[in-house]
Amino acid sequence: MAPAVHLRTAVALAGRFPALSGVDLSADPGEVVAVLGPNGAGKTSLLRTCAGLLAVTSGEAVVLGHDLRADRSEVRRHVGLLGHAAPLYDELTAAENVRFAVRAAGLPVARAEPALERLGLVGRLRRTTVGRLSAGQRRRVALAALVARGPALWLLDEPHAGLDAGARRLLAELVTEAAAGGATVLLSSHEPAVVTPLADQVVTMAGGRMAERAAGGRRALRAVGGGEEGGGGEEGGGGEEEVGGVTDVA
Amino acid sequence: MNPALRRGIGLAALASTAATVWLGLWVTPPSVQQGNLVRLVYLHPAIAWDALYVAFGLSAVCSLLYLWRRTRSLFWDRLAAASVEVGVVFNALTLVTGSIWGRPTWGVWWTWDARLTSTALLLVLFLGYLALRRVPAEPEVRARRCAVAALVAFVDVPIVHFSVNWWQTLHQNATVLNADLSPTIHGSMAWTLLLSFVALTLAFVWMVTVRYDIEVMRDQVGEEELEVSLAERWAEAQAAEPVMAGAGLPEGSAPPSPPTSGPAPLDPVLRPGEPAGSGR
Amino acid sequence: MWRDAVLVAGKDLRIEARSRVALWQVLPFAMLALVLFAFALGPGPDALRRAAPGLFWLAVLFSTVLATQRSYAVESGEGTRDGLRLSGLDPAGIFLGKAAAVFVQLALLEVVLWVGVTLLFGVRVHTTWLAVVACLLATVGLASAGVVYGALSAGLRVRETLLPLLVLPVVAPVLLAGSRAWSAAMSGAVASGVGWLRILAPFAVVYLAVGVALYGPLQEAA
Repeated sequence: MAPAVHLRTAVALAGRFPALSGVDLSADPGEVVAVLGPNGAGKTSLLRTCAGLLAVTSGEAVVLGHDLRADRSEVRRHVGLLGHAAPLYDELTAAENVRFAVRAAGLPVARAEPALERLGLVGRLRRTTVGRLSAGQRRRVALAALVARGPALWLLDEPHAGLDAGARRLLAELVTEAAAGGATVLLSSHEPAVVTPLADQVVTMAGGRMAERAAGGRRALRAVGGGEEGGGGEEGGGGEEEVGGVTDVA
Repeated sequence: MNPALRRGIGLAALASTAATVWLGLWVTPPSVQQGNLVRLVYLHPAIAWDALYVAFGLSAVCSLLYLWRRTRSLFWDRLAAASVEVGVVFNALTLVTGSIWGRPTWGVWWTWDARLTSTALLLVLFLGYLALRRVPAEPEVRARRCAVAALVAFVDVPIVHFSVNWWQTLHQNATVLNADLSPTIHGSMAWTLLLSFVALTLAFVWMVTVRYDIEVMRDQVGEEELEVSLAERWAEAQAAEPVMAGAGLPEGSAPPSPPTSGPAPLDPVLRPGEPAGSGR
Repeated sequence: MWRDAVLVAGKDLRIEARSRVALWQVLPFAMLALVLFAFALGPGPDALRRAAPGLFWLAVLFSTVLATQRSYAVESGEGTRDGLRLSGLDPAGIFLGKAAAVFVQLALLEVVLWVGVTLLFGVRVHTTWLAVVACLLATVGLASAGVVYGALSAGLRVRETLLPLLVLPVVAPVLLAGSRAWSAAMSGAVASGVGWLRILAPFAVVYLAVGVALYGPLQEAA
């Protein structure tokens, strides 16, 4: 199966600065990749490059079958990017924002409702204009828009920052559901402990390129569950016992 | 641009301009109405033509070629920028020579006659392009932005001409003023006029090629700075590696990282729809 | 493309309805401009009435700059600019939607300004339809050119100072033709007035076409 994301020695520029100085990354559909690294390592730039926002000036970069060096605008409608700043209009309510995102993507507006409910944006919350919401709530609205659109590639930039434990659990669920549904998820974080269990692949960046690569917690979990896709692997919590000694996949 | 070619053009420009000056100032006769003042005809129309049609027209064509995917290349962008910059200079000179010509003829330094007005407006229009060009950005982004700006401005040029011309025809006194700037040309004056066009166009071309080369060199400096930045970035990566190797995970099929204390373990039996977070 | 345009226009107008910036800032600015013009030209009614067409359009031009700035300020948050590029909306549709929203705001503004000049400058329009058509055509051109230049300067920190420098020279013919058309409408000289419409119409068409064609590449350059 062709990889969803394929980067080889990709160099991407932000102005005159080489944000990515030679990145190698490969991710299959349905895979969750955690991107770790200190500030300034290039995690955000990696996600933005995959979204087609940064220009790749050398190397190979193919995302969802689109060559980013040839034309990076085509790939954008198939990805969902959740950055530090949420792409929300302050003067519109949560519901209106999600509906706009859905309709802009050419999807039926009915998809907005279930997403709003899933993220717990009901009642007063959905009627408040986004400018009045807290940062964590804004993040939830942005996530709802993402879930409603259901893109093939999810790019989450430090999604756990500022979320409480319950919200983090919900985020983990959403990520696993998305991956189970065939989407590829790249998420970046400062906290390895939080994202490693969710991920099939864990990569660490430094200075604009990959410094480390390892398997994540989810891969072990899925190997036990016996299937690449499908919900079976996730629910089989008891299966961890059989994997060599690593039982408490936190 | 081949330096020999450029030097050749430069010399040709110099020679033809010298010839024009000689012919214009000494050989050709003064006109009946304007006396010696008519000699400005060897400067002003040629400069105006170069600025308005050659320079801005060239920049519009280059911008189109840059935006069209099949011929996209920074060559067109740099040529357009060089063309506009020299064009703005020529444009300003047009206004100055026109003003110098006008003062003794009309008695005023400036008048709102159609041509002066549209020329002035075009000057401001393309100054905007230059202002936009100075905003720092990567070459491709800047090129695209400026190409669009040049096209949008150029599209306005005919509209400006028509509207200003019309505006002026409403004011009868303008036609009297207009007449004096277009003296009848014949004989040696005609040849000299033609030569002046050739001379000034050569000068224009020479200036554009020089400016283009400057632009290329500027971008090369930028490339070199980029190389330096890349090297620094890699050095950063090297410095970070030892730190990572210590705390990090070995390559390959090693077991996942041992759990650390902190957030509660992932509960695999979490029911969907469980209220997300205590909200607010 | 049209569906996207309606979506974007609806979004921009809804935001305006909630935030009321045009209502509380741009409109008062335009009225203020009229008052300042009166200060500049003196209280004598003749001078003001003769200058009125030009002053009306000057006020509209300055308001266009403000309205365009506002149209882009809506997307000035980091997230929203990326959001629009990633949304899957057709760039030409985004252009038309934004231009339509600016058009609506400017049109309403012109109605109020019309009332203003009638009261403050003692203007009497003889041939109303001429003035109305001139306003409509001119506003289409202004909105289109404004949105194009707004996009050009959208991401830039120097946007506030750059935008007027870029937009105003380009729309100068609109000021010219609009004022002449209005003054023809005031005096009833229909024939010459219609002649000026023949400048306003191509301007509008050209800039609409330019916007639709070039908005895609423009967005990339932001």
